[in-house]
Amino acid sequence: MRVAFTANGRPVEADDVWEGESLLYVLRERVGLPGSKNACEQGECGSCTVYLDGVPVCACLVAAGQVQDREVRTVEGLADPVSGDVGVVQQAFLDAGAVQCGFCTPGLLVQTHALLARDPRPGDTDIREALSGNLCRCTGYEKIMDAVRLASARVSAQGRGQA
Amino acid sequence: MEFLRPAGWDEALAAKAECPTALPISGGTDVMVEINFDVHRPAALLDLNRVTELAEWTIEDGVVRLGAAVPYARIIEELSGPLPGLALAAHTVGSPQIRNRGTVGGNLGAASPAGDSHPPLLAAGRDVAVEVASRARGTRLIPIDDFYLGVKRNALAPDELIRRVHVPVADGPQQFSKIGTRNAMVIAVAAFGLALHPRNRTVGTGIGSAAPTPRRAVEAEEYLRGVLEEQRLWESGAPLGSEVVQRFGELVRAAAAPIDDVRGTADYRRHTLSVMARRTLTWCWNDYGKQIRSAA
Repeated sequence: MRVAFTANGRPVEADDVWEGESLLYVLRERVGLPGSKNACEQGECGSCTVYLDGVPVCACLVAAGQVQDREVRTVEGLADPVSGDVGVVQQAFLDAGAVQCGFCTPGLLVQTHALLARDPRPGDTDIREALSGNLCRCTGYEKIMDAVRLASARVSAQGRGQA
Repeated sequence: MEFLRPAGWDEALAAKAECPTALPISGGTDVMVEINFDVHRPAALLDLNRVTELAEWTIEDGVVRLGAAVPYARIIEELSGPLPGLALAAHTVGSPQIRNRGTVGGNLGAASPAGDSHPPLLAAGRDVAVEVASRARGTRLIPIDDFYLGVKRNALAPDELIRRVHVPVADGPQQFSKIGTRNAMVIAVAAFGLALHPRNRTVGTGIGSAAPTPRRAVEAEEYLRGVLEEQRLWESGAPLGSEVVQRFGELVRAAAAPIDDVRGTADYRRHTLSVMARRTLTWCWNDYGKQIRSAA
């Protein structure tokens, strides 16, 4: 079947999509957006977290056909579309050294982005709760916490919810 | 495989009538796992995301009519007041991403004994009912006590879809407790839901992950109802004797029929149920006592 949707503000289309295929597969293999990572395929790890109509979801658990005519925003869509500059959350992860092997990073970036959009000044408990569905098997969680706190401070200093 | 995309409820029922083996998919948090791992290859997927009425809820005559596809995140945000037990259980489902997609309709459709929605639905009372419909026979209400038939089997006919679930607005304290290896991303080793119903002076329970189906602890409910009545505790809100709490825990434990599996042993499940029953009863009764005293 054919599936057409908006990805990072751009209309995209995929043909010959198998009916049981996931959004994650379509993103990575059919429309050239491999930023979202494929690890557990069962919603456990959060590495494939993307926005679907503004709500963070595991792309591996969304059937491709369900995104017809809808809006998807992936980690690639967090950077400035014109300049390509990374966003506040991404910069904070770089500055805090919150990246080891990097496989979990795209999901953490999207989930953190969503957290700060909703609550620019989350407490540590809120951060842990928000990221409870994102696994880092390098277990670098302390640096990730640092990165979210740093992003939060920068977002708050800017006085706007733009992460 | 086919992918069916009805634009509304009537179209969805028509699609299900024409293709009864079609597997409904809403949040996909169960269905897609099975497809990704090739556990299940249905003839068709019936996507319910465009059936917007399934994602709505209303309160009429003291009963919440919860659309089958209202995600857990919205239950937590919007229904913690009228449905405290279900909202607590919803909070323990998966992770934020899963709660943004997963639904009570999905839990009911899958009918896994480990579904987190089941204990609070049972505890909410015998008036809880699942509203299902088919094109051929229209709508019917299945009482929650008749809904779960076996491991991953429910009372739905092949041509039926779950429309909503009817749950009375809470009239007393409700609690939910769940055992797992961490606070997030846990499929229950065992779970327990408790609700006090001061209006009709009954007690509701629900056991999860410790029998072939979710089930209530009938003798525990009856025992506590009797004690509260005889000792006039509904009126006084006085503390429960420790022997009452202990006995309640034993009866809940005795109502379970668990198995050994990868998540835990039958013995451990029984033990956790007696602990969860005692804890949730203590929490609920403390809350009730406070309500009585503040009203006095």
